[in-house]
Amino acid sequence: MINLPILPILIVLPLIGLLFIFLSSEEDENAEQSKKSALWTSASNFFLSLYLPINFDKSIPHFQFVNTFSWFNNDSLRFSLGVDGLSMPFIILSTFLILACIIFILPQAKKNMKMYLASFLVLESFLIGTFSALDLFSFYIFFESILIPMYLIIGFWGGERRIYSAYKFFLYTLLGSVLMLIAIIFLYQEFGTISIPKLLDYTLPFYIQIWLWIAFFSSFAVKIPMWPFHTWLPDAHVEAPTEGSVILAGILLKLGGYGFIRFNLSILPDASIFFTPFIYFLSVVAIIYTSYIALVQDDMKKLIAYSSVAHMGFVTLGIFSANIQGLHGAIIQMISHGIISAALFFSIGSIYNRYKTKRIDFFGGLNIKLPKFSVVFLIFTLGSIGLPGTSGFVGEYLTLLAVYSKNTMVAFISTLGVILSASYMLKLYKRVFLGGLSENLDKKKDDINIYEICLYVVLVILIFIIGIKPGFILSYTTASLERIIQLYPISIF
Amino acid sequence: MNVDWSLNLNLLTVTMIIMVNFVSTIIHVYSVGYMSKDPRRIIFMGYLGLFTFFMLFLVSSSNLIQLFVGWEGVGLTSYLLIGFWSHKDEANKASLKAFVANRVGDFGLLISLFTIFIVFGTININEILLLVNSHSQSYFNFFGFQIHSITLIVVTMFVGCMGKSAQFGLHVWLPDAMEGPTPVSALIHAATMVTAGVFLLILMSPLIETSKFSQNLILFIGTITCLFASCVAVFQNDIKRIIAYSTCSQLGYMFMAVGVSAYSVAYFHLLSHAFFKALLFLGAGSVIHSMSDEQDIKKMGGIYNRIPLTYTSMLIGSLALMGLPFFSGYFSKDLILEFIYLSDSDFKIFAFVTGIFGVFLTALYSSRLLITVFHGENNSDEKVYAHIHESPMIMVIPLIILAFFSIFFGMIFHNFFAGSLSESIWSKFMFIDSETNQAYSYGNVPKLIKKLPLIMILFSIIIVFLFYFKFPKVKQIANEKLNFIVKFFYNKCYIDELYEIIIIKPSKYLGRGFWKSIDIDLIDNLGPNGISRFVSSLGSKVSNLQSGYLYHYVLSVVIGLTLFISIYIYIF
Repeated sequence: MINLPILPILIVLPLIGLLFIFLSSEEDENAEQSKKSALWTSASNFFLSLYLPINFDKSIPHFQFVNTFSWFNNDSLRFSLGVDGLSMPFIILSTFLILACIIFILPQAKKNMKMYLASFLVLESFLIGTFSALDLFSFYIFFESILIPMYLIIGFWGGERRIYSAYKFFLYTLLGSVLMLIAIIFLYQEFGTISIPKLLDYTLPFYIQIWLWIAFFSSFAVKIPMWPFHTWLPDAHVEAPTEGSVILAGILLKLGGYGFIRFNLSILPDASIFFTPFIYFLSVVAIIYTSYIALVQDDMKKLIAYSSVAHMGFVTLGIFSANIQGLHGAIIQMISHGIISAALFFSIGSIYNRYKTKRIDFFGGLNIKLPKFSVVFLIFTLGSIGLPGTSGFVGEYLTLLAVYSKNTMVAFISTLGVILSASYMLKLYKRVFLGGLSENLDKKKDDINIYEICLYVVLVILIFIIGIKPGFILSYTTASLERIIQLYPISIF
Repeated sequence: MNVDWSLNLNLLTVTMIIMVNFVSTIIHVYSVGYMSKDPRRIIFMGYLGLFTFFMLFLVSSSNLIQLFVGWEGVGLTSYLLIGFWSHKDEANKASLKAFVANRVGDFGLLISLFTIFIVFGTININEILLLVNSHSQSYFNFFGFQIHSITLIVVTMFVGCMGKSAQFGLHVWLPDAMEGPTPVSALIHAATMVTAGVFLLILMSPLIETSKFSQNLILFIGTITCLFASCVAVFQNDIKRIIAYSTCSQLGYMFMAVGVSAYSVAYFHLLSHAFFKALLFLGAGSVIHSMSDEQDIKKMGGIYNRIPLTYTSMLIGSLALMGLPFFSGYFSKDLILEFIYLSDSDFKIFAFVTGIFGVFLTALYSSRLLITVFHGENNSDEKVYAHIHESPMIMVIPLIILAFFSIFFGMIFHNFFAGSLSESIWSKFMFIDSETNQAYSYGNVPKLIKKLPLIMILFSIIIVFLFYFKFPKVKQIANEKLNFIVKFFYNKCYIDELYEIIIIKPSKYLGRGFWKSIDIDLIDNLGPNGISRFVSSLGSKVSNLQSGYLYHYVLSVVIGLTLFISIYIYIF
């Protein structure tokens, strides 16, 4: 078997596609040629990324497919890539969602289409870099670089208040990350290494862990986002174009969860135990508080954005309950939310492309006009509610079970979120799709196009596969997660 | 944790599967006729099939997570079918309400599943039942209190059952669910899905036996539901709602039986109820069908000779529901009352008296329904009256089959569920209280107690007859004098309104408050917007310092110099 340097290829390939896009001289809104190159690039990247799970050794908890390049001719400042069971699913998720976005863009026309496509390819490269970076420095660079294309996507192709939202998004996340940079520099000065695998073996003194924990937390808590650092998310979602929202909800939020597991939980376990009650508190507030807010929204995207905060509350609960069910639950919840929220944002995009509004009051009885689409949307809604058999259930169930074994009160209150999510999601479905046909819509039948059908069918299948057989994802992650749990001190919470 | 998809077939689950399949088949056939003019009938049949799938899934699963999949799945299909006529606003509201109310129950069931996994370390039903005895004294830390773990499990599980089986408090969705097509009401909201709660408790009966508190709770809630629902049923005017409340109260009887450890009797009533309640609903559907979709019983009357087959089957269904001798309901309901009498529960007297009173009310609303719908003067308009016709054969034959079972099921099978035979049949699959069972087989129930339900039925039928045929004036006067009682029960004891005030309004208020006051005013204003405002105002202030006058700069240089020098001197 040839030993393919798969991770560098995955990172570089989108940039090659970028080259093709820039070489074409199209300036129109359709940019057929560029769309084709973007499609081919992202599709080949997705299929190449499947190389990872196929050749992945499930029994090894350590990093695999490692590639190292030296940077400054210095042993400690290297650029090294690798994946373990924790990061691998997210790489697949990234390549998949980028491909989905490109497919969704195909039938559309947008101003400066070339740049738009280019932003997504750059984003893909950075995302894979972030998830596979094995040293803190390159992690930080990739992590921060993601902001640039995302900022452009919101600020350039967004809605009316796009400038405000883009700034808010940028500043919020940057502010959090500055502290992380300080923490990284401190780690380098103190221990002479920023290699993640090496840091995993160190046991840092408790008082240092506390400060480092806060620094990392401030970055990831904004990213995931936790209450009360979440207010950038609804604004960013509302103003971002459809594909921007998909990537934002589908992958960018998961960077926070990934970071929590990779750094806070693995490298700083003592501080994590110390802060667990604090995290529980924020998560429970996020779940209940944002669910209540979602109940009274009248913009579809804002509603889904708030529900994302609630869903991410389950993720943080699962992560910091720090047992195998909790971590499994958090991973599944992140993947599942990546698919379901992406699907919901795509669906809202489909609606927006047709009627140019996302206001819930505008609609009513849409199932008469778009019968097939209404079925698909119902399945996504049910997935978001966490109906058993869909992927949403597995994540919620496992995280809640994990927390229940640690702290019954926290789990009890968070389980109330299950009732609230059913209320706001079904209310959304009722107001948009059921009832008599709204006066704003004409009677003509109109259903989703072939691109959308392909996309939605794949998403629906994924939701059910993960819901019915989550084991196939968990089999990859188990070894790595068990290692984290083994290194974790026994918690009293 | 390891969860497999697997099935668990034993006598209990198989009999349930047979019942579900049987009723489901009959209702599928009936639906072919009932929905023949609906353009979306293909989807309707698809949903019915999906429902049957989930119901069988629920019944036959070997572990509780899989059961939960079926449990939520039937909730989903119920949601879809209640809201089947999605152009009707009431239907959409009702379906949403049903889903959310069921979710409240599922919340309890989820907590129960978590506790089971932590206490027993497994969620396989058979393994749990084997481990019950070794955990009967274990305690669980819940909210910092040490609680008897099995009591916690059963109570939270019972919350789930209350949601699914529409017990008092979480019953609000069931009457509204009647917005769905009538075959749906017959299949889901009478015969199968709503009995899932009772079924689950029967399945987990050894667990319930170890917790006295939860038994009392189940008995109490069952009794309250039985009383409440039958009281409300007496004052309703919608034919389907009357039957829906009647379902509610019959489910109450089943829970009462569970509460006094008479699981086999509860199961018997579950099965016999499935037949006569499905019959009643299908009969009501046939009436509605022939009355051009009229559901208000005040606008019917005197049509018994126009639709004789429907009339006969409704009559049989009602008699079986009342529990007149030799009909199914007679055997199953009287058994429940006798087992309550024989039990040693703390609420025994309360439950027994309420149960007997419930029989009285059941006969009251059933005979009221029969009389106002089929007898007396016709109150419908002429067009509808002229159009009254018997339903097509495809709808009548299911009625006849169900009527057959409503008459003979109890007669044939009652020995299998109580008395000496029942113990040898069921003891492997559910808990059988052999003491009470033996007391029953020796005939320890006094004659008067045995005959009491029958006396009540006759008494109530006589009252209704006198009211409607002999002294209609008295009825009117009573209606006027006791208006507040009529209104109170007609409006379902104002429970919907109460929930509106204590749950729905505050939720919206909270949502808006969190959003506008905390998210926007507090976090955004102090956070990002506040900081940017601070930075820009600071910037403009600082820019004021750059005045361009030389003497301003000289002054600041002098001040700065002095400050630094003095600090330097002070420190070193």
